Amino acid sequence: MAQMNMIQAVNSALDIILEKDSNVCIFGEDVGYFGGVFRCTDGLQSKYGKHRVFDSPLAEGGIVSTAIGMGINGLRPVAEIQFADYIFPAFDQITNELAKLRYRSGGEYSAPVTIRTPSGGGIRGGHYHSQSPEAYFTHTPGLKVVIPSNPHDTKGLLISAIEDDDPVIFFEPKRLYNGPFDGDHKKAALKWDTHPKGEVPEEYYSIPLGKASIEREGSQLTVLCYGTMVHVAREAVKLSGIDAEIIDLRSLVPLDIDAITKSIEKTGRCVIVHEAPKTSGFGGELSAQIQESCFYHLEAPITRVTGWDTPFPHSLEWYYFPSQERVIEAMKKTMES
Amino acid sequence: MSKKGKTLFVPDAPFRPGDKPDFSNLNLPEAGSSDKPEISVDPSEIRDLAFGLVRVLDDDHKAVGSWDPNLKPSVLKEGLRHMTLLRIFDDRMLTMQRQGKLSFYMKSLGEEAVAIAQGMALRSDDILFPSYRQPGLQFVRGRNLVDMICHCITNSKDNVKGRQMPVHYSWKEGNLVSISSPVGTQFPQAVGCAMASAYKGEDNVSISWLGDGTAAEGDFHYALNFASVYKAPVILNVVNNQWAISTHRNFSSGEATFASRGIAYDMPSIRVDGNDFLALYSVTNWAAERARKGEGATFIEVFTYRAEAHSTSDDPTRYRPKDEWKSWPLGDPLERLKLHLIELGEWSKTDQNKLEKELDELVIKSYKEAEKYGTLNEGPWASEETLFEDVYKKPPRHLRKQRQELGI
Ligand SMILES: Cc1ncc(C[n+]2csc(CCOP(=O)(O)OP(=O)(O)O)c2C)c(N)n1
Ligand SMILES: [Mg+2]
Repeated sequence: MAQMNMIQAVNSALDIILEKDSNVCIFGEDVGYFGGVFRCTDGLQSKYGKHRVFDSPLAEGGIVSTAIGMGINGLRPVAEIQFADYIFPAFDQITNELAKLRYRSGGEYSAPVTIRTPSGGGIRGGHYHSQSPEAYFTHTPGLKVVIPSNPHDTKGLLISAIEDDDPVIFFEPKRLYNGPFDGDHKKAALKWDTHPKGEVPEEYYSIPLGKASIEREGSQLTVLCYGTMVHVAREAVKLSGIDAEIIDLRSLVPLDIDAITKSIEKTGRCVIVHEAPKTSGFGGELSAQIQESCFYHLEAPITRVTGWDTPFPHSLEWYYFPSQERVIEAMKKTMES
Repeated sequence: MSKKGKTLFVPDAPFRPGDKPDFSNLNLPEAGSSDKPEISVDPSEIRDLAFGLVRVLDDDHKAVGSWDPNLKPSVLKEGLRHMTLLRIFDDRMLTMQRQGKLSFYMKSLGEEAVAIAQGMALRSDDILFPSYRQPGLQFVRGRNLVDMICHCITNSKDNVKGRQMPVHYSWKEGNLVSISSPVGTQFPQAVGCAMASAYKGEDNVSISWLGDGTAAEGDFHYALNFASVYKAPVILNVVNNQWAISTHRNFSSGEATFASRGIAYDMPSIRVDGNDFLALYSVTNWAAERARKGEGATFIEVFTYRAEAHSTSDDPTRYRPKDEWKSWPLGDPLERLKLHLIELGEWSKTDQNKLEKELDELVIKSYKEAEKYGTLNEGPWASEETLFEDVYKKPPRHLRKQRQELGI
């Protein structure tokens, strides 16, 4: 075991997979010589060579489309989009091409592309360095969507994502890169070495896509969350005194509906937390699936705590970012009804 | 398929940390060596301008050749003043950023002439679509410094209500369209804006800038094609400052000039020394006149060097030689204009020192004044209810409800 932050966990996963599979190549803006603006690919170009880890032109549509072409011709590309906010120039290539290639060719062609991209807020990045665009992609059949919440899961899930023969969009909550963050921005920033999930095996391991993780067991209420919100929820539950079960979804597509159902059959109550805006956010999908799978076990309406239906602001970031207080309030309300 | 025994070619920057930069192979024609064409010229007759470099200021700081705009000394002094102010303003903002008073900052060091000379060559009703690297346009159009600082420190008087990161200005009164972080998006928008001027029969022009790195985006190509097809009254500039973040411009252009791309779109395409105030002024003025007369779009490659870090988020010594700028053969735009004025007998070192002192005091005074309206860390910021404003013209019901949920 080693202590790693999320950046090092990404780097370790990439290192292992580059070593293991000569068809894996990594590219994107500033990822080669420089090692990425968040340093996730640091040292990999000098270790594996310029043709395996390389810089790209500043063109997200170009990055994804060429990754698709490489995938068609036997490579297993891992593309980086520098910020999830800048994934949209590649939207057509992702949703119309990458996602549909297998289907439209009757299974003849496919491209095992992984797209890594830092997402989410909490870094004073304003609306173009803070977005959580996962729902655009969960809405597109053919794509898998993964969002880890700690270094240990990051490494195991990223290895699975790259080895998966389907395209995967892998969101990395950038506020968590250097340490867990529970939403209290006034507190001194923590590092991952204070957290059990900062312990990461140095060798190869994988975590299957589509399996949620029970972050905390509980009996009274189920909190569904992913990414940074796992840490916000954890602190909120601690402060609330409610014996809540926290499920870290880890993968939105495929979704571990069994784990969700099992938990709600036990607790009868559910609060969903995500950073992305509410309308058509992934919480809406979760809520619908829950009432389809375990409506008769529900003892209270499902509640969502999400970002507002506004762009992500800069100076008013902490009025937007779902806070512990909002999660606590939602849990209390759910317990009372 | 047989194996070739080779692998994929991937370029690299010519110089990396530890290398000695050597720009002796750059093709730098003499100042005054290219001729200024008539504005009605057929683009196919001036293709050489896309491969050369329009330069007016020579090594002795004299203005030479047919591109000399023959500006009055008072205009030159105004340009020098704006450039000096921009440099001092940038330095001050960077210092404040380092103290945690701005969340982020980006400087224009080494590229001051771009915004200042090009801005001055335009009319005030011409519409600006800059990238984050041309804040100096606002000085040219007389924007209040306090207002600019209020945006940068994100306080209650920030006219964009604290919604954007610093340097993402918007200034309707000065016809400067809101700056976006997603790079390149402004380029085709400027073309559309120009199409609307043509549609309405108005003679103002639109102008946009993007970087060498950004010229790889699809938006770049949309802009050139639409501008060409509709003969839009627009000026499209690629500011080739050699670097995206850590990525050298050869990832955007290979070894070709950026200007040469305009030829394929049948547009006058001119490569200009971006550190030469007079050349920039002159080329921009030529392009604006053409556009106003209905001759269509001009494409300009502004050849310069990004002397500072990309932004406060990166450390350039990790990806390029520390002193690369010092080796840049086209020098420092501010120095060059200053030496030209001195050469004309219109300026002196003492004048420059006095000017710097005056502007430094102005910036400090403006900063203090701006802080009266709040600071990044302590506020006051735009009030909480502004969070829900401007998403739509009128907040729909679900937003009013969310606002109540937040308790405001
Ligand atoms: C669509 C998009 N992709 C990526 C980024 C991140 N980014 C911001 S600036 C930049 C480099 C831009 O370089 P260039 O176009 O040369 O402009 P310069 O900064 O040199 O003026 C990058 C990659 C972005 N802002 N928008
Ligand atoms: Mg550049």
